[in-house]
Parts: sequence; structure tokens; C-alpha cells
Amino acid sequence: MKAKTLFDKIWDGHIVNSIEDGPDVLYIDRHYIHEVTSPQAFNGLRERGISVFRPGKTIATADHNIPTKDQHLQIRDELSRNQVERLSENCRKYGIELFGLNHPKSGIVHVIGPELGYTLPGMTIVCGDSHTSTHGAFGTIAFGIGTSEVEMVLATQCILQPKPKKMRITVNGNLHKGVTSKDIIMYIISEISTGGATGYFVEYSGSAITSLSMEARMTICNMSIEMGARGGLIAPDETTFDYLRKLPSIPGINDLESSVNQWTKLKSDPDASFDRELEFDAGLIKPMITYGTNPGMGMAIDGSIPMADNKNNEASSSYLKSLDYMGFKPGIKLLGHPIDYVFIGSCTNGRIEDFRAFAQIIRGRKKAASVTALIVPGSKKVEEQMASEGLIEVFKNAGFEVRQPGCSSCLAMNEDKIPAGKYSVSTSNRNFEGRQGPGARTMLASPFTAAAAAITGKISDPREFITEEKNVKI
Amino acid sequence: MSKVKFDLLESTCVPLPFENVDTDQIIPARFLSATSREDFGDNLFRDWRYLKTGEKNSDFIMNNPKFSGKVLVAGKNFGSGSSREHAVWAIFDYGFRAVVSSFFADIFMNNSLNNGLLPVVISEELLIKLQDLIQKNPATKVKIDLEKQMFTIIPTGDSVRFGINPYKKECLLKGLDDIDFLLNMKSLITGYENNKNLVK
Repeated sequence: MKAKTLFDKIWDGHIVNSIEDGPDVLYIDRHYIHEVTSPQAFNGLRERGISVFRPGKTIATADHNIPTKDQHLQIRDELSRNQVERLSENCRKYGIELFGLNHPKSGIVHVIGPELGYTLPGMTIVCGDSHTSTHGAFGTIAFGIGTSEVEMVLATQCILQPKPKKMRITVNGNLHKGVTSKDIIMYIISEISTGGATGYFVEYSGSAITSLSMEARMTICNMSIEMGARGGLIAPDETTFDYLRKLPSIPGINDLESSVNQWTKLKSDPDASFDRELEFDAGLIKPMITYGTNPGMGMAIDGSIPMADNKNNEASSSYLKSLDYMGFKPGIKLLGHPIDYVFIGSCTNGRIEDFRAFAQIIRGRKKAASVTALIVPGSKKVEEQMASEGLIEVFKNAGFEVRQPGCSSCLAMNEDKIPAGKYSVSTSNRNFEGRQGPGARTMLASPFTAAAAAITGKISDPREFITEEKNVKI
Repeated sequence: MSKVKFDLLESTCVPLPFENVDTDQIIPARFLSATSREDFGDNLFRDWRYLKTGEKNSDFIMNNPKFSGKVLVAGKNFGSGSSREHAVWAIFDYGFRAVVSSFFADIFMNNSLNNGLLPVVISEELLIKLQDLIQKNPATKVKIDLEKQMFTIIPTGDSVRFGINPYKKECLLKGLDDIDFLLNMKSLITGYENNKNLVK
């Protein structure tokens, strides 16, 4: 039999039908929905006079536009309130389980899915959100889709999809202290650019990947889309199974160990071939920061902003336009540059480990007076854990405000906007123009780097705040 | 999902000569709170088209009255980032029927094809040539023939074949829709579920 990649094994196992010269009809095991990209899909069903085909396979949450303060009160913004209410109505009408605002298990869709045991190895998972790639950390084919495709999945539990090409990214070696999974993925994106993996589905492998926790693996897979990849996955192993063993329950699974036995087969065959292979050395990675307006524009924290490439006019003018938006010039260093805001949260770095890492540097120190910081847990469960581990106390003592769970300032659909012209060090995933509010200037970084910036009020090297023996791995 | 037909288009173009234009630029997140698909065109490229004061930004190329047409000629890696289909709805609602680039992000490409907006991939070299031509002569017309999969710059006669999935091509030519196609496949889908012993 022909050697197969992990991606092939899962994809091929989910083909309901193949169209000649066309896309495959792929069966979807898990469909996550949220308030922003689902209403038009439900409208579509109504216009066709059809219902949801398999409501038990769809899970809903309200996360994108909700406030992170006073969640028990009515949402003030009328359009946002309407969207959240529409989601509740649709879920009620079609019998879809909803972890809505104020539900004790609610949170960001890509945080609660794994937390509640809905994301399991070998699954196909889609959601009307590009960061669906997060779930690939469990050895799943998980990818973001548009609203027409949400409608398609609601109507038929299937999606028409052309099969992407396959790429393997291997990262071997040991990470230095203060370097995190966020830095690994930001490094890779800076090396291959924001469109470097477009058309591909990525498998991450190598010792620097397999030694990561599930939370850290989710951070890596989460940002696959930022290099254009359709998604990214990591073969499940004992780390994955232990994560699942510790969950209070897993819906639909009675005998976890017999499932684990099946899941151990989920790996690429040794002689399977990929359309493209890349290798990186973890020892070369430093804490990263972005300086421009796409996630490919990243560099080591102590580096200098590269000069424009003058070979191509369009590329060079786009590059300079981007630096101009940020208020930076080619050749300058960012260390010591004053900042105004710090955001820690999002589906990239809003899990318990991220807040532990943030706390490691914050503990016993004070927030710089010039900095406004937003600390936003990824879910209610993360919030509870933060409270029980005393982290909320640590943050409050240091002068930080801890908000309630949601996507918040990652995309600033709610009130958590960074004002025009202000610099924000953010643990989220996108530094696009206006992403955190019109005119906001975002610099992406790890929770360590965000913490160092929060206490100094400027871009600072987090390695100076971490001792070797206290190096938390995230 | 829409059932818009696309066959032949001959039009002048609007140039947008920037690389890596993400969907947050096409339609900023703060305009995603609507629950219908209509009227997103008003906020297409909102933060580039309008100044903070709400006035039109006369420096932005799309606001230059010289340029008009149903074809948006974008830079490399167009539509990256968020999966929001609202980006495609905004471009379509504004009046475009095709977007030309040397490279599109995957989700944007799927979303376009699902809404009757044709993404046309041409070489980087030809794209740069086309951008130059439009800048010099805004009356430059292009012809997009989906049936023949031919893209032609009319005044220069440059004509190239562009790729499209044959299934999606047929859908666009006939105004068919994926959901109808899948609904007709229900027995196959149920058969798959039965074979795999899936809980339904």
C-alpha cells in the first residue's frame, strides 16, 4: 500500500464522494459556530426551507463581539446584541448545543472546543473562523470556512473542498529560555512570509514540537493560517492522550483507552512524501516581535527592521506603506520603543499556561504607569483556573485589569479597541492595519514579551526577566 | 451561498496595487455585526476610502474618478487573513464581478467562487504590466471569458489562459450551487454514516 501522510489518512477516510476533476465531498465530524459568521447561513436554510441535517455535530458559542465587562448586563451595542440573540434563537430552533454568554462553560470557540472534549484526534473540524486551524494540535484536519460553507455543513454535514497540497515543517533542537511556541510559529512565518504556505496543509514535527504541551501546540497550529496554510496539524501522542485523560468527560466516548488505541495509528508513514518540506533549528529562535502590518513582518526582539527590497516596486511600496502606518523606519531597532497598550488573550495565547507565563514575569512587579493592559481569559474555565491558582490576585496587585472571556481586542469588534496611533504589544495573531481598532498599531509577541513590555512600558527583552531555573515552557 | 451566473465580462478596471491585502482591510471587523448579506459595499476598504473625519480620502486610488469598472486588479496575495465571507459580499456589492491577482489566499478564493465573484490568477509579470497600463490609461479594458478560460488585455492583445476547477466553472456558467448539489447526495452521505457507524 502506498505510504500516506497523516493528513491523507484523515482526509481520505472522510471522503463521501469524489467529483471528477473537482473538489471532494468531505464529511465533517465537528462543526463549531459563533454569532458573527453564522446568521446568514441560517437565513440560507430558511430560504431553502430545509433544516439542520445533524444538529448534534454542531456546537455554538458567542465570543467575537461580546463585551468583556459586565457580561451579566444586556449587551449595549444594538447590532452585537441582535447577533448574539439571533445565535440563541437559531440554536434553540434547530436543537444545537449553545455555550452562550454567561454559560459556565463559555469562551472563545477554539479554547472551549478542546477544553470540553469536543475536539478529538482524527476528526475533520470546520468553523466559520480562520483560526479553526488551532484544533490541528490534536491531530485533526481543522480549517476555517466562509459562511456559504457554514450553510453547506449545516444542510448536509459535508463540505465540497479541493484537496490541498501537503507540507511538513520540522523543528528540531532545544528552545532557549524565554522562547515559546509563539516565537517558534512567528519565526517560521517571518521566514516563509504571510503567503508562504498558501495552498498547503502543514504537518508540524520534530523534537521541538513534540516536546510542547497541548496548549503550546495549539498556539503553533492556530497561526498556521497566518502563513496562508489551509491548516496545520500535529500527530497525536502521549501528551495528547494525557490531556484527554485529564478532562472530566468526553462527549460520545465511553471507553477512552480503546479510542486511544485507535488514535496511536494517526501518524504519517515513515516513507510518506510531502509536496514541500522545511526544516528549522529551534536553537536559532529568539523571542520574536512584529514590526509591520502582516504576521510575516516579524523579527528577533533585539533585531533591526529590514531594509526594503528595491527589486520590485509594488513590493517595496507596500512594505514602506506598512512601516509608515506603524510609524517605523527601515533599519531601526525596536528595543526600548515606548508602548501604550498590552493585550494578553485570544485563541492564540488565552489559555491557562499563557497566563501562568505572563504571571511569572509580573509576580512581585508593577505595571508601568504609562501602559493600559487588557488581560482577557480565553474561557470561563481558564478564568476559574486563574482565580484558583491565585493569578488574578497577582495581576491585580501589579495594577492590571482582568476582564471576562471573549475574543476582545484581538479583532476589536466589541468596545476593547486600541486608540488610533497607539502602540499595542499583543499576544493575539494579527497585526493588520486597524485590526485592534482604526489606526491602532499592533506588535505581536509571546506572553513573556508582553509581560516585559507591560512592566517596563517599552519593548523589552523578556529573557532579562526570566531565570534559567524558573523557565516555564509554553 | 448564491447562484449568480458568470460567463463573459468586458470591462475597464480599478487598480489596487498593494500586496498582502487582508480581509480586515477589505471589510473591517466592526462592520461584521449585520445578520444579512446586503449593503457591505458601503464599507468596502472603509479605512482606506474614508478619513477619520468621515470624508472621502482623495489620496486613495479607488476614490480617483478616473478609475471605474467591474474588475478589481489587486496585488499579490489578495484576501489573506480572516475567513469572513463579508469581504467577498462587500466587493460584489460594490459592483465588482472579478478580481485579478497573481496570488489569492485559499479561503478568499473559495468564498469568491461561492458568490459569483470570479478570481482570475495571472502571472506576476502580466499583473504588473496590467497595473501600469491602467495607471497610464484608465480606459484600458480587459475581457474575461470563463467558458474559454481566457483573460485578455484588449488594447495590447495579451491573452492568457487562467485556471479554475472544472466543477466550479460549471457551477458559475450555469448558476448552480454547491448546496443543491450536496442535497442531492443525501443517500450517499447517510450511507457513509452507516458504514462508519456514526452517531447521527
